[in-house]
Amino acid sequence: MSQFETVIGLEVHAELSTNSKIFCGCRTEFGAAPNTHTCPICLGHPGVLPVVNKQAVEFAIKAALALNCEISLETKFDRKNYFYPDLPKAYQISQYDQPIGKNGWIDIEVNGEKKRIGINRLHLEEDAGKLTHSEYGGGTLVDYNRVGVPLVEIVSEPDLRSPEEAKAYLEKLKAILQYTGVSDVRMEQGSLRCDANVSIRPVGQTELGTKTELKNMNSFRNVQVGLEYEVQRQQEVVLAGGKVTQETRRWDEANKKTVVMRSKEEAHDYRYFPDPDLVRMQISEDWIASIRASIPELPDARQARYMNEYGLSGTDAGVITMTKESADFYDEAVKTGADPKAVANWLMVDLFGYLNANNLELSEVKITPQGLGEMIKLIEKGTISSKIAKTVFKEMVETGKDPGKIVEEQGLVQISDEGALKQIVIDAIAANPQAVEDYKAGNDRAVGFFVGQVMKQTKGKANPAMVNKLIMEQLNK
Amino acid sequence: MGEITRKEVEHVADLARLKLTEAEAERYTKDLNAILQFAAKLNELDTSNIQPTSHATDVKNVMREDANRPSLPREEALRNAADHEDGQFKVPAVFE
Repeated sequence: MSQFETVIGLEVHAELSTNSKIFCGCRTEFGAAPNTHTCPICLGHPGVLPVVNKQAVEFAIKAALALNCEISLETKFDRKNYFYPDLPKAYQISQYDQPIGKNGWIDIEVNGEKKRIGINRLHLEEDAGKLTHSEYGGGTLVDYNRVGVPLVEIVSEPDLRSPEEAKAYLEKLKAILQYTGVSDVRMEQGSLRCDANVSIRPVGQTELGTKTELKNMNSFRNVQVGLEYEVQRQQEVVLAGGKVTQETRRWDEANKKTVVMRSKEEAHDYRYFPDPDLVRMQISEDWIASIRASIPELPDARQARYMNEYGLSGTDAGVITMTKESADFYDEAVKTGADPKAVANWLMVDLFGYLNANNLELSEVKITPQGLGEMIKLIEKGTISSKIAKTVFKEMVETGKDPGKIVEEQGLVQISDEGALKQIVIDAIAANPQAVEDYKAGNDRAVGFFVGQVMKQTKGKANPAMVNKLIMEQLNK
Repeated sequence: MGEITRKEVEHVADLARLKLTEAEAERYTKDLNAILQFAAKLNELDTSNIQPTSHATDVKNVMREDANRPSLPREEALRNAADHEDGQFKVPAVFE
């Protein structure tokens, strides 16, 4: 047991899924040619007047409500001043003392234990541009397409006690934002980003230790390994008699370590003040109520429903509800009338297994939830065996064909004709007297051998239960 | 409010990327203190029951619908740039 306790708080930025930017009509899509989504407003030309996008405010309120925040009825935008070329105005329009949402929480589960993590605040702001090194050296290149894309910044309380909890918090937060439809939460495209504040303190001490801020962890896995590294580093510093320095560090993916970006002496003094170009916002109770009514069933509620209504385990229901896409797929498949537990099994073992093995997303395969449900019903009706279903399943994943059609086209209907199967069993026994001797000598594995022979003869289509029964009957004659 | 020190003036100048001469730093320290003293007159009023004012107008909730409008052609966007390269604004290196 470590003599230190780890304290982590996360700052998450999520880009909102609006069509236009937060203060102008430029497009927000990722991946356009540099500087083709800009205008005088987002380029910060003198004399322009920003006007806030109503949808962005609505998405921020929706996210705040889904995270159990109180909504500020009176709110405004402030200027955060700093010189860095990622923002052409030399300030970022953000929210300082009146964030859209505050005092929220989400529940996470780690190693079977539930824990509530506080959310300090959620505020609305504009994204910054993207900087790259010039290929020819001697300068930095700036693409302002991303400037002005609406963001919510979600700041947790320092309630997380391990890198594992941090990862669980991020996963839950991502799922909630995805379910509410406010963000497409793609970490690889930068629409979800995470910074962490980390400190350690002796077990039992209530006052917080000196923290470092960790940046550039661009995947869930890196958040966990980056934090693990940083916790270890701080412990080593303290155990060697040193002191942790307050500084910003960057996760260096190539070298698997954290390195200093800037120390506190260079820390920013942002001189926030209310943006005079953007008028105050008053959020009405009616508006909040109508947004609240538009929030769909969230991951926790859906997980509980799968456990109560379909008898799934908490773990299974948790895996299926991790993304809205897989939970929707599950619901649609269950609607066909197939057994919910069987659907869960095929989804998690076969479909997720296939996706993982081929590094694919659910949206990239052709199988439909209706198809999976119908296929499971064919097993339930005895039309195909579970073994044949694996063949049908593979075909469905690759072609999206209807399972009934696949079964018909490839002649995969299960043979349940007792007379025909009996003859095949008799022939197999007659052809293998040695195996019969083995069985009589007490070797049960001989039964498996005969099942194998019959399956070979029928190309796997024989009804397995019936084959077993017939073999036993013949052998025990 | 206390006196503005020379050190604070230098700090604010630094944040604003202003390079002050000795004489300027001296003058601004004096000027800023004079301005603050003048504004300190307002402290004589009782403002304990007054909400802080963030905006000079009473207009609220001016919002636009989430609709796209044409962006500038890239050549236009880059026209005022001091330097550009490969369709991007080029600025002095900000990385080490």
